[in-house]
Amino acid sequence: MSQYQLNYLEQLENESIHIFREVAAQFEKPALLFSGGKDSITLVQLAKKAFAPGKIPFPLVHIDTGHNFPEALEYRDWLAKEVGATLIVRKVEDTIKQRKLTEPKGKFPSRNWLQTYTLLDTIEEFEFDACIGGGRRDEEKARAKERIFSVRDEFGQWNPKLQRPELWNTYNGRIQKGENVRVFPISNWTELDIWNYIRSEQIPLPSIYFAHERDVIEHEGQLVAMSEYVQPTAGDVIVKKKVRYRTVGDMTCTAAVESTAETLDEVINEIISTRISERGETRIDDKVTEAAMEDRKKNGYF
Amino acid sequence: MDLLRFITAGSVDDGKSTLIGRLLYDSKNILIDQLEALERSTKNREDGTVDLALLTDGLRAEREQGITIDVAYRYFSTPKRKFIIADAPGHVQYTRNMITGASNANLIIILVDARLGVIEQTRRHSIIASLLKIRHVVVAINKMDLVEYSQDVYNNIIIDYTDVAKQLGLENVTYIPISALNGDNIVDKSENITWYDGKPLLDFLEEVEVSSDVNLKDPRFQVQFVIRPQTEDLHDYRGYAGKVVSGIYKKGDKVTVLPSGIETSISALEIAGKEVDEVFAPQSVTIQLADDIDISRGDSIVKSDNLPQVSNELEVLLCWMDEKPLIPGNKYYLQHNSRLVRSVVKQVEYKIDVNTLQHLPLEGNVKLNEVVKATIKTASPIVYDPYDKLSVNGSAVLIDETSNSTVAAVLIK
Repeated sequence: MSQYQLNYLEQLENESIHIFREVAAQFEKPALLFSGGKDSITLVQLAKKAFAPGKIPFPLVHIDTGHNFPEALEYRDWLAKEVGATLIVRKVEDTIKQRKLTEPKGKFPSRNWLQTYTLLDTIEEFEFDACIGGGRRDEEKARAKERIFSVRDEFGQWNPKLQRPELWNTYNGRIQKGENVRVFPISNWTELDIWNYIRSEQIPLPSIYFAHERDVIEHEGQLVAMSEYVQPTAGDVIVKKKVRYRTVGDMTCTAAVESTAETLDEVINEIISTRISERGETRIDDKVTEAAMEDRKKNGYF
Repeated sequence: MDLLRFITAGSVDDGKSTLIGRLLYDSKNILIDQLEALERSTKNREDGTVDLALLTDGLRAEREQGITIDVAYRYFSTPKRKFIIADAPGHVQYTRNMITGASNANLIIILVDARLGVIEQTRRHSIIASLLKIRHVVVAINKMDLVEYSQDVYNNIIIDYTDVAKQLGLENVTYIPISALNGDNIVDKSENITWYDGKPLLDFLEEVEVSSDVNLKDPRFQVQFVIRPQTEDLHDYRGYAGKVVSGIYKKGDKVTVLPSGIETSISALEIAGKEVDEVFAPQSVTIQLADDIDISRGDSIVKSDNLPQVSNELEVLLCWMDEKPLIPGNKYYLQHNSRLVRSVVKQVEYKIDVNTLQHLPLEGNVKLNEVVKATIKTASPIVYDPYDKLSVNGSAVLIDETSNSTVAAVLIK
């Protein structure tokens, strides 16, 4: 390999940094949506590199469903301090009260869908014109068609038939008042790319990504952590298992995988040998309908 | 391990989706739950086989209509390479999507149905590949199973396509006889096509050399964002953040800022806040200059002994991408990498027939999917290289001032 050649991770990193800088330059009030998951942790790392030695020139925004893993929240607060970024937290709980929304019911009452309301309110409150998210095109069918700069109307809606052509590395972020752009700097990364990058950059992660003992119940072949938000029904057996999380969402809609991987290398080895996709293995909410993600995106979700 | 971006082009029913499905499936990049979902949606098929094409159908609207609406991106990797596929739909009306998908591709796979040979759509896809200067072309002659794996059919298609390639100036054309449906010559060498002594498709994709496609001769850099921390310890720091579009920059290089023409030199180069001695394309870097000059987003920093063109009148090829027609004399924003200027399309000289490359007189306005030769005048100068010489610094888009849509791909002559 010539000395003037980048490996694939470096190519992805450079592309993402380029996107971050476009956002900072083209928009008045961007924000980085931070969930505490590995994808948004990677975003923060890339943003740090894009603007060094300066600070990240936009706030981190967390839409808090109230169903988070405590480890993820702790990590969130630590990271915001570490990079010197402003942290804005808005709670789905408050939106439910203010807007008299109906709480989802059932065994795993997921507030995932309700997040959209809080997100749109937050965008309006701060007049954000660009929201940076950690969506990846490899995650899901509807995401595969998403642009890197994805324009949303004032209702936050995605219209797959009216997307702007995105050519070369030219990003058109021009919008009308009231519209906003969702930006996905890691569109071209896969789950494995993220893990390999975390390893090469030695980025610390919340502890739930590594194998630990936890009380879980088995639900349709998936392991769901017991917590105050989950309502076990008769017949559920609570067992202690050694598990780790492959994605970090709400405690009610993220399933754990059985694992003994306690280090990054071990986690990566397990992911390489697994034959089930990330969302299929760990997301309880995508199974509802074939087009679950497409529908949510059209309504303003990420 | 490096990265290869490619686009697949074919007309409806050429088996493009099946080919992509086959690549993902045979290279073991399809996971169990995705396969189960696939089996669920094909369980009504009479023959009981899995329809690999469904792996690439995304949106419900598409499944209902049995077509692909938009460019979709697929990812897979082998121990040798990571691959990004731009999956562009084949219908006539979606030339726009093909150009979008092709704009970032190192390589194009053009699918030819062995029964039909080189048809109008094959020519159109090839013309777009030649306009966009895609370096590597694979002609995948598909459905060989339906012509009894005939070597004559294959040879005749090569003869026909060689003419097309010659006319369009396409170099680096590779022909591979395949059957996407049966997996012949996709991942493993076909046992049915014994007369073919080349590589199967995946081997070729893993080995084709693309690193030399990056221009390292002509240093080009455009400022994206000015980093000014204005903290106590970084009080006077002023870093120009941007991507090395092409070429190599070294600390101490004598440089010229364009379009102003002011000369200075590079005092420091940084990657992610760390000082380095040199940087190269396509790295995202930060440049500091020896002199305090007024520089803003969109300005170019180039080496003083290798200057690009600077002009506010551009001869261009325009691929029109909007439902609203181009109206000569209308004003549009022109975005050239990070430089945004107002512009007016002054004159449209002729239309290019994307099936024959013939120049035709323009009748009426320029419509969606049409390619024309035009002259654009910009409100301030553009710092560029001709697309054919250095595509990364010779491409731009036009943006409608009122709708903000991206309405045209611009290739500067």
